[in-house]
Amino acid sequence: MRRITRLAVGVGALAVVAAACAPNNHQDSLHPQGPYAQKIDTLFTPVFWIAAAIFFVVEGLLVAFAIRYRHRKGRQQAPPQIHGNSRLEIGWTILPALILVGVAIPTVSTIYDLARTPTGNVLNVNVVGHQWWWEFDYPDQQIVTANELHIPVGEPVYLSLCAAGVGYDGVPAPNECQPGPPKGAPPSAVGDDVIHSFWVPELAGKQDVVPGRTNHLVLQADRPGTYTGQCAEFCGLSHAYMRFKVIAQTPQDFDAWVRAQQADAVAPAPGSLAATGMNEFLNGQCIACHAIRGLEVNGQPLTANGGPNLTHLMSRSCFRGCTMPITKANLEAWLHDPQAVEAGSWMQLNPKLTQDQIDALVAFLMTLR
Amino acid sequence: METVQHVYESEHEATSTGLPNTKLAMWIFLASDCLLFGALITTYVLYRGSSLVGPYPKDVFDIPYTSVSSFVLLASSLTMVLALAAIQRGDLGRMRVWLLATAMLGMTFVGGQVYEFTTFYREGLKLSTNLFGTTFYVLTGFHGTHVAIGILMLLSLVAMSFTGKITQRESMTVELVGLYWHFVDIVWIVIFTVVYLIPTGK
Amino acid sequence: MASVSVPGDAVRGGLLRRPRSTVGFWSWVTTVDHKRIGILYGVTAFLFFLVGGIEALFIRLQLAQPDGRILSPSTYNEFFTMHGLTMIFLVVMPLSAAFFNYLIPLMIGARDVAFPRLNAFSYWLFLFAGLFIYSSFALGGAPNGGWFGYAPLSTVEPGHNMLFYSTGLLMAGIASTVSAVNLAVTIINMRAPGMTMFRMPVFIWMALVVQFLLAFSLPIITVGLFEALFDRRFGTHFFDPAAGGDPVLWQHLFWLFGHPEVYILILPAMGIVSEILPVFARKPLFGYQFVVFSGIAIGFIGFGVWAHHMFATGLGPVANTAFGISTMIIAIPTGVKIFNWLGTIWRGDIRFTTPMLFALGFIAQFVVGGLSGVTHAVVPADYQQTDTYYIVAHFHYVLFAGAIFGLFGGMYYWWPKIFGRILNERVGKIQFWIMAVGANLTFGPMHILGLEGMPRRIQTYTPALGLGMWNLVATIGAFTIAVGVLIFIVNAVASFRRPKDAPADPWDARTLEWTIPSPPPPHNFDEIPVVHALDDFWHRKYAETEEGTLVPVPAGGSGTEPPAGSGHGSGHAIHMPSPSYYPAVAALGFPLIGYGVIFHWWMAVVGAVVVLAGLYGWALEPSAE
Repeated sequence: MRRITRLAVGVGALAVVAAACAPNNHQDSLHPQGPYAQKIDTLFTPVFWIAAAIFFVVEGLLVAFAIRYRHRKGRQQAPPQIHGNSRLEIGWTILPALILVGVAIPTVSTIYDLARTPTGNVLNVNVVGHQWWWEFDYPDQQIVTANELHIPVGEPVYLSLCAAGVGYDGVPAPNECQPGPPKGAPPSAVGDDVIHSFWVPELAGKQDVVPGRTNHLVLQADRPGTYTGQCAEFCGLSHAYMRFKVIAQTPQDFDAWVRAQQADAVAPAPGSLAATGMNEFLNGQCIACHAIRGLEVNGQPLTANGGPNLTHLMSRSCFRGCTMPITKANLEAWLHDPQAVEAGSWMQLNPKLTQDQIDALVAFLMTLR
Repeated sequence: METVQHVYESEHEATSTGLPNTKLAMWIFLASDCLLFGALITTYVLYRGSSLVGPYPKDVFDIPYTSVSSFVLLASSLTMVLALAAIQRGDLGRMRVWLLATAMLGMTFVGGQVYEFTTFYREGLKLSTNLFGTTFYVLTGFHGTHVAIGILMLLSLVAMSFTGKITQRESMTVELVGLYWHFVDIVWIVIFTVVYLIPTGK
Repeated sequence: MASVSVPGDAVRGGLLRRPRSTVGFWSWVTTVDHKRIGILYGVTAFLFFLVGGIEALFIRLQLAQPDGRILSPSTYNEFFTMHGLTMIFLVVMPLSAAFFNYLIPLMIGARDVAFPRLNAFSYWLFLFAGLFIYSSFALGGAPNGGWFGYAPLSTVEPGHNMLFYSTGLLMAGIASTVSAVNLAVTIINMRAPGMTMFRMPVFIWMALVVQFLLAFSLPIITVGLFEALFDRRFGTHFFDPAAGGDPVLWQHLFWLFGHPEVYILILPAMGIVSEILPVFARKPLFGYQFVVFSGIAIGFIGFGVWAHHMFATGLGPVANTAFGISTMIIAIPTGVKIFNWLGTIWRGDIRFTTPMLFALGFIAQFVVGGLSGVTHAVVPADYQQTDTYYIVAHFHYVLFAGAIFGLFGGMYYWWPKIFGRILNERVGKIQFWIMAVGANLTFGPMHILGLEGMPRRIQTYTPALGLGMWNLVATIGAFTIAVGVLIFIVNAVASFRRPKDAPADPWDARTLEWTIPSPPPPHNFDEIPVVHALDDFWHRKYAETEEGTLVPVPAGGSGTEPPAGSGHGSGHAIHMPSPSYYPAVAALGFPLIGYGVIFHWWMAVVGAVVVLAGLYGWALEPSAE
């Protein structure tokens, strides 16, 4: 029996070590890559080991008693009929309470630490959760993008989280998503979005995105790199496909990215297939939901109404909830039948696009760097 | 000679606490029902003042009117007590009178509420109009349903009283319906105070 | 001469004549005998356990590899939702109800529960609610919004699926609330003479706490479910942010029920463990009063921790702190129970029968779930853990490796009493070890999966996460569990091939149910016992010397046969409550109302009429004569 116990302990320890040493998948809460995630890890690690110690003690006693006090053949005499021991009871009530107090103090301190609004040089980003993609708006830089959250390293990023549909008109106010339609407006019949949760484990804990409220989350990356995340609150058919990337860059690279994103789209050369595509875009169903900065219809700029901003589509690496790379083939498949690619997608093409339209549109989209 | 032990016969059977099973059951059920109304009232209070469009409470409430119908319901608790007192004296006839009176007062209350709601509806307050409509109708609707079930039970008691099932000795059903009725009345006092009387500014 | 039970004679003819037969199919439909109702609950719950288990196997097949293709997103969402609903509402709760129903009267020395027809009604309504919810698969789609049904997804998702959710759970809730009142009254009011509260078995104490948890938590979710139903059906705005509503209100209402619910799920199994350990360690339960008080404390504090399911919802640091602390506090009475169980086997004379193995397995595995629970109370850590497979690991350790193990222990322990046969011990031990290995293989790796970035309720995951291996291990574990369950079925079926020859007290146990034959006669006790102490039966068999050792009592009776020639039994006929159709009739109206709410309003009217007819028939039929 003792050998089995040792074996079990060995296997258990091996599993734990194996877990901690898993190849870095960029989404591992045990590999914090920034101070906010680090604070959580710093709190969790000792608590885990305390729990592990308690585990070994309690299980050890259980196993030890099971072995030591097993019935031996031939024993007739009944064991001593012990009914209890008040001192033990008090002891094993107070000791766990003391341990918990010890754990509670840093816990509460960390709760408040993480809840503090950062000061100094802070990047403000509004995160809008849609079924099933992430929109990122930079109010101070007047950028609207999707699927990839670019941040500079070493600087806290203050996220304001809101769900789409409820009065969020795409015009971001600093530090706030609008939590509801203006007073006096009738209730909206447009599909309201649902609860999502923003989670990029290597940079921060998660925070829900709740329609009608603005939640906040702070994150920060220590080093440049790509950190992945995904929606962590069940949100319907394509919940598993609502992913995103956080791309941390050096300050210079980040500034360059901002400038590029702030530029208007450049219209393609007239007569090209892409130009045909642009006309298709401006005169068809697309502008009902998608905006491209720099283009106009009837003298009016395009305003987004539910779909990702496409101005710099090709500057991103992924679409469809950041689950598919942006390639010609993937764009074609998407435009052919978005519902077939993503069950329940809000993008419904009626009528469906012809192959010619798709070819032109894809050519146009691929000019949007 | 065979003696027969009857099991669970009457309210007079010995119990561990001395309280009859049915009475204990009714108390536990009413405690549970407290939480039902508690959650509904909490919903109302949490959403008070949050409607984005009108009509708002002060636009539709007629406090004097509702005060009268509240008084009617309160009076019905008195008649209920009198009904129980009657049967505990053995006066089946009087019990019927007071039970019917209780039922009529209850029906008056419900009728008053129906009239009140149709008025609100005409003034533009539906279930789907705003949070006030949503929370108000559902809360008072649940209460009204409880009252209606109570009225049904009261009338059933009157009918039962003609079958010999209710006697001076076997009057527990009357007492239980009474407990339920008083509970429904108390809940109304809370609702009336919280919903109608406490001013909200809207 | 032994006593005889006589079902009531017909007094009036027609609709109000009470049925008479005690054998055959209809006797089961009209039964009001708590023992039969207990068996009905147990069999039904076990069948739902198989269905929920198959759903789990499909889920695990889908997740065994990244980018899985076994289940589409739509089917996956239905399966994981139904798996949760089934296991919680249609398996663990009714299995606990099975034990409550069968054992409460026996353990307190009563002949039946306080309201036998109400008891039957609860069972039928539970069965109909379960069938109703499952009928949704054929009527447009099963609930697909998660067992927790968060708004606004639950109110905006197209289709009838979540209407089945609201109406089905409302029905199940009524069944449980009514049963809670019934069993609470039974325990409080119908104990044998001399059985004070502190001479009740721990199982009965836990049952009592559970009844109050049910009675006070179910109304809250009832309100939530009505509000969600009204949002879908009548255009109300309870959870509609566009009108100023708050989706988080649903979460509060749900978890105000949902947290006490998990104690409803675990306390019965804890009660069972508290009964099994002393018998097979041949020592009294260590710290009986402390175990009882801990159970009560857990019940109370359980109403004060609900928002620990909502730490990432944005309630703010004050709320998060408060609920983090209250959650840590509830760990203390939980620990007290575990230490007292250890104290029970310490210096005992332990026999490793199958029930004992399950009880010890419960303790070993519940500790894992309990410790991971404490890590959730460390709020910032929960910001990483919540909504991931770390949580899935936690609750499956406490609910499967905990509660279900405890319930299997109860099945092995009380099988001889209920069915008159003992389950095969060797087969039982094989089942235990296979299930233990399976449970740990399935749910152990999920701790790792959660911390390494795998959220919950996802239909698939990308290969880039590198999580395929542990997912595969978990799938293998799930099928291992399935093998264990199959072994149990074989054992159970085989037991019915053997004669009904189990003695009244096969385990040399401590509580009153072992003083009567196996299986018990319909009236349970020939004579209602008079109780003089905790573990009264044990003290009739053995006396404690001053040194604390046991000596058998000479003429105390081993409890295998009722005292012969005692003279008390002769000449008495005990009239047990008569069977009745009306509980089943009344229950039948509810699914009709449900279908009416979803499809055509006239069906609801028909259903309401059926309910009323059932209730009036119930009220007017002759009482047990």
